[in-house]
Amino acid sequence: MAPVPYRVAARRRETHDTVTLLLRPYDPATAIATPEPGQFTMLYAFGVGESAISVSGLDGEGIEQTIRAVGAVSTALTEARPGDVVGVRGPYGTGWNVGTGGRDLLFAAGGIGLAPLRPAIHEAVARRSVFGRVTLLVGARTPGDLPYLGELAELRDAGVDLAITVDRAAAGWTGNVGVITTLLDGLAPDLDRTTAYVCGPEIMIRLTAAELARRGVPDVRVSLERNMRCGLGWCGHCQLGSILVCRDGPVVAYPDVAGPLAVKEL
Amino acid sequence: MIPGDLACHPFLRDLPLAYVGRLAGAAHPVEVRAGHRFFRDGDPADRFWLIETGKVALDLHLPGRGAVIVETLGPGTVLGWSWLFPPHEWRFGAVATEPVRAIEIDGERLRSRAAADPAFGHELVTRFAAVLLDRLQATRIRLLDLYAAPGGVS
Repeated sequence: MAPVPYRVAARRRETHDTVTLLLRPYDPATAIATPEPGQFTMLYAFGVGESAISVSGLDGEGIEQTIRAVGAVSTALTEARPGDVVGVRGPYGTGWNVGTGGRDLLFAAGGIGLAPLRPAIHEAVARRSVFGRVTLLVGARTPGDLPYLGELAELRDAGVDLAITVDRAAAGWTGNVGVITTLLDGLAPDLDRTTAYVCGPEIMIRLTAAELARRGVPDVRVSLERNMRCGLGWCGHCQLGSILVCRDGPVVAYPDVAGPLAVKEL
Repeated sequence: MIPGDLACHPFLRDLPLAYVGRLAGAAHPVEVRAGHRFFRDGDPADRFWLIETGKVALDLHLPGRGAVIVETLGPGTVLGWSWLFPPHEWRFGAVATEPVRAIEIDGERLRSRAAADPAFGHELVTRFAAVLLDRLQATRIRLLDLYAAPGGVS
């Protein structure tokens, strides 16, 4: 349960309220295990508190974690500067598992939900030839809320079919405007060989996953967010129906949680 | 316009063949390049389009902000319903953001035919009501601010 000290090696601002930290172990001998795409860590801002943060990238012996300032802990983490030390526990939870190949992959990200998907997308791009179509759909509130904007064009060059939409356009925006589910109309009709990976705010997950299932995607996986404390399935803070999200998730098969997600305040 | 081409569009799926024939008499295919403006807000609304390929942005000119896109319409969708309701004026503008292939349909002729044949008119209005419902629900979802930070987070 004791956090491992990691030093902030680099800090990159993604949007007005979101930054990505590159973390390297203070002592490589004590480094945490290499996370699987989709897993998370408990990040500790010393003197403030601890929060569950998805791993958004792997960089040699370092890990990238993208944090949105929404509370006291996450705000403290976003304010960390290169050279600062934070605590890391983990990695915890289940991963996306993009598989050994042969299938079409569809990633659907809402806002900061692109962060947990990013390592899986990187893995798919690294092994691009073994997969069929690789599609990334991204929705955000405004163009200014799109994370990793510079990287998205590179993904397109790497063979990813990319579509972006925003809820509210700014002057000069010439891209799509509308809810993320409208991007599903642009998908190829044959979705029976597709595995879909969905991450974002819960309402976006519900709408998108349900629509993908309705359109015949046989394998829809979602990454859930809950208020986590221990990260080990001990404390029960992250219970959703019969599962503990930190232990049995965060990545789960959508049909396993479709019922509980529809229950108010569960 | 060949009725079979019309019947392939999702908006007209399962429309009785007799009705497809009536629409075909008022329809013709169009192809426009990116940047083509279909209409501006305030222009008379006398037609609509069934988009087959490409994308169209609905926009509105805001003082000090220029033209702001409020929604993007893609293949399989319908562009324009103001021709159906008084005062028959466009409330927003529409511009192609990609090359667009579409079927343009004369709204004034359809209004006349719907007035003469209430069953045809009912079929038409029901289909447009479904489009309106979809757009209203999508707009309400956007009003929810899906991407706002959840409560109770650390």
